[in-house]
Formats: sequence, structure tokens, C-alpha cells
Amino acid sequence: MMAMHDESTFRVKVGLAEMLSGGVIMDVIDAEQAKIAEDAGACAVMALERVPSDIRRDGGVARMSDPLMIREIQATVSIPVMAKARIGHFAEAQILESLEVDFIDESEVLTPADEAHHIDKWAFKSPFVCGATNLGEALRRIGEGASMIRSKGEAGTGDIVEAVRHLRTIFGEIRRLGTLDEMELALAAKNLQAPADLVRQVAKDGRLPVPLFCAGGIATPADASLVMQLGAQAVFVGSGIFKSADPAPRAKAIVEATTNFRDAAKVCAASEGLGAAMSSIETSKLPEGELLSQRGW
Amino acid sequence: MSSVQGPVGILALQGDFALHAQLLSDSDVETVEVRGAEDLTGVSGLLLPGGESTTIAMGIDRENLKDPIRNLAKAGLPVFGTCAGMVLMSSAHLGLIDMEVERNAFGRQIHSFEADLKIDGLDGPPVRGLFIRAPVVTFVGDAVRVFAEIDGSTVGVKQDNCTAISFHPELVGDARLHLLALGLKQWPELPASS
Repeated sequence: MMAMHDESTFRVKVGLAEMLSGGVIMDVIDAEQAKIAEDAGACAVMALERVPSDIRRDGGVARMSDPLMIREIQATVSIPVMAKARIGHFAEAQILESLEVDFIDESEVLTPADEAHHIDKWAFKSPFVCGATNLGEALRRIGEGASMIRSKGEAGTGDIVEAVRHLRTIFGEIRRLGTLDEMELALAAKNLQAPADLVRQVAKDGRLPVPLFCAGGIATPADASLVMQLGAQAVFVGSGIFKSADPAPRAKAIVEATTNFRDAAKVCAASEGLGAAMSSIETSKLPEGELLSQRGW
Repeated sequence: MSSVQGPVGILALQGDFALHAQLLSDSDVETVEVRGAEDLTGVSGLLLPGGESTTIAMGIDRENLKDPIRNLAKAGLPVFGTCAGMVLMSSAHLGLIDMEVERNAFGRQIHSFEADLKIDGLDGPPVRGLFIRAPVVTFVGDAVRVFAEIDGSTVGVKQDNCTAISFHPELVGDARLHLLALGLKQWPELPASS
């Protein structure tokens, strides 16, 4: 007799996010890059058509990747394969689910498809990761069914300052909730525009109900060490690897720094002789309309 | 339970090591994160967590942990692997258990699931097994005892001081198997494998 299987329960989805902890998820645009990422020790790859720095440079509408490219990557590596859908574009997400990608990123890096609504992620068997800049945004996404949250940072810049701001904001707001009484929590939920039950749970547990990873602007082993020490559970690296002078050693070095993030001597050793980092942009010099982190609601 | 011999080492190269530490800490078991061979000094057991086995295997090579772990296991240290940890204990990697495993045996994440598991010799309610891109054991040698199966696939094995499972009791807060596998409680008599 077959055992009763409950597929894709919320804790099975969150469970995969937990398994990626302490690891590096790398943006790749083809099977060749995916292989380099896997060989460098990536715990997952994010398949996308253009890395964020190219999306930023080229402009235009950025969409879900070609399913054929995603299939080729799935056939090449054994680690989990993630892919991005536009904010609110549930039809792209349905396609990604039918491809059996392991995680769907409802991402502000792509051009939003809906100005008011995010995808109803409870309607899917695939787990979702969503970006957030603050606690209210993170809890709204979890309320919609996200099983992992990542800081948005400012993708494609190589500038870590926004990711640091987002992590510090989220952790600071979590700590503050822990000091509030029941009446104050009700007000906090209103001010955060977040579901009250999730606000209460975060106040009680002192953490988000799903893993919090860092994304947006990581370019060096030291960046990875910084955000891990700030409390991120794992890191996404977008343009930082394959837009650098020598991707494979840099990928390895960021993996090593993420594992040994508290050991400065090891992060130092990993940082030596990596060549030039990606060509970077100071986020504060970007006009407001070009900020990807402001997409999503 | 106070550990008289020393803390349980938890391999912390990648994966859900923090959840195992929390689970054991909730059972009053002291733990230490293992990132290099120096962290293995004085441990009373070793846990290999879930995560990505390719990533963790590379870390084991990079940090020169292979021989120290093998030697400790040979000397009788209880070693417990879950999911990726099971893959690492197989003959193709550390070779701590005479077995072959198939990675992602149930398919991609969309086919991940949970189900109740009857564990041979374990008292109390069934273990709620979360199978997340889980491996299964496809071959075991004569010295290996099978204590958990699902739909005819082997998902829990033990050979002397080494134990491996495909699923994640740490995700449901169930420490029963951890305490047995890490030598903190006596295994009930397992039925001899036929």
C-alpha cells in the first residue's frame, strides 16, 4: 500500500529554503555558466535571460526566460534551479511551475506586470521567493504564500548599500516588535500594513516565519561576509560573478566566504588575487526612476 | 540531558545546520558548529545536515575534513546524516555506510512531500517525514540494517555507529531519531534484516 503523501505543503516549501542556508545562489544565463556555478559550489542557480546589470544597461521590458534555456540548465546541473517571473505575472509563474523549477522568484528585477497585485503564491505547488525592503513588505509577501524572503538590495549595481539598508531595516523592525504589548502590536500591524497574525508570530519568535536571504549588490567575498554577519541566512549573487573579470575563482571565493563568514583570515584568503570586480554603479547617483527596489507594493 | 563526553558536532559548511542545533538544544544537548578539522576536537557525535550534497562535499574537500571524519567514525564516534548527509555517508563519498544512494529520487521540488513513517523499534507516534528533493538508498551491504522505508524505498539505515535518513525530523521538531543516532539514547533492538 502506498503511504499517504502530502505534496508541497508550506513546510515542505520552507524546508527547501532552509536547505539552501549558508549557501550561494548564482545568476546564470546559460548551461555553461550553470556548470561553472555548480562546480564552484553554488547551492542553487537562478536562470535568467540577462543578468541585472545588463537589464539595467539595455532597458526595455525584462521578462521570464526562454523555457528552452531553463530546460537546458535543468539538464546540466543537479542542484536546484530557480527562475524569475514578473511581479503579478501569474501566467509566467504557471509556466515556470510546469517546467518544475525548484523555486520561483517573483522579482522586481523584471518589469512588473501588475501595478497593484502580487501573485497569489498559495495557488502554486512550487515555492516562491520574493524581495522585500522592510518588514511590512516581507510579511505581505509571506501572507501571499512566499516561502523565502530576500532583501531586494539594488540589483545590477555591485553596490551593497541598499541590501545592508534592507537587512538592517527588517531585523531592526523585528527586534522592535519584540518590545510591544498586544495593543501596540495591533497598531504595528496597521502601520506595517501587514497581516496581524504574522506580526504577532514575528513578535513572539523574534524572526520571520521563513528564511531571510540577501540579494542585490553582492560583488565580493567581503560583501558576502558582511551580509551574513548582519543576519542573512544565505546570499544571492547576480551580476557579481559572471560580470567580473574571472568568474570561476570569484564564485568559489564567495562560496568560501559565505561558509566562513565570521573567520576574517579565511575571508581574507578567499579575497586574494580575484581580479577586477564587476563594473559598478553607486546607487545614490541613480535617478529615482531607475531604482529596481522601488518596484513591488 | 547533560552531555558528559562533549558537544555534538554539527557540520556547518552549508545547509540547515542551525535547525539541528536548535532541535538538540531544545533537548538540552550541547552542540558545536564544525567548519574545520579543529572544531572536531572533543565532540561526542557528528551530525551531517541536509543541504546541497555537491556544495557540502566540495566544502569537505576544501577544509580537509574527509580523513578526520572517516577516522572518527572508524573509532566509533556516532555519526548521523540526514538527506544530503545521507548522500555524503554513502560509498561514493565518505564511505561510512556500505550503501549506494540515488539523489533527488522523488524528482524536483514540486514532488517533495510529507508522510507518516513507521520506524522499526521506535516507540510513540509515527515520525512525520519531510522528503525534500530527497535521496533514497538503492543498495545496502550485509552489515547495514534498514529501519525505515516508504513505498518500498529505503529511507533509513544503520551500520554500527553510523545512521542515515532521507528525511528531516528537525523541520518538525522531533528529536527522537537524533538522540538514538547520536548515541544519547539506547537504540531499541532492531529486527535483523532478512
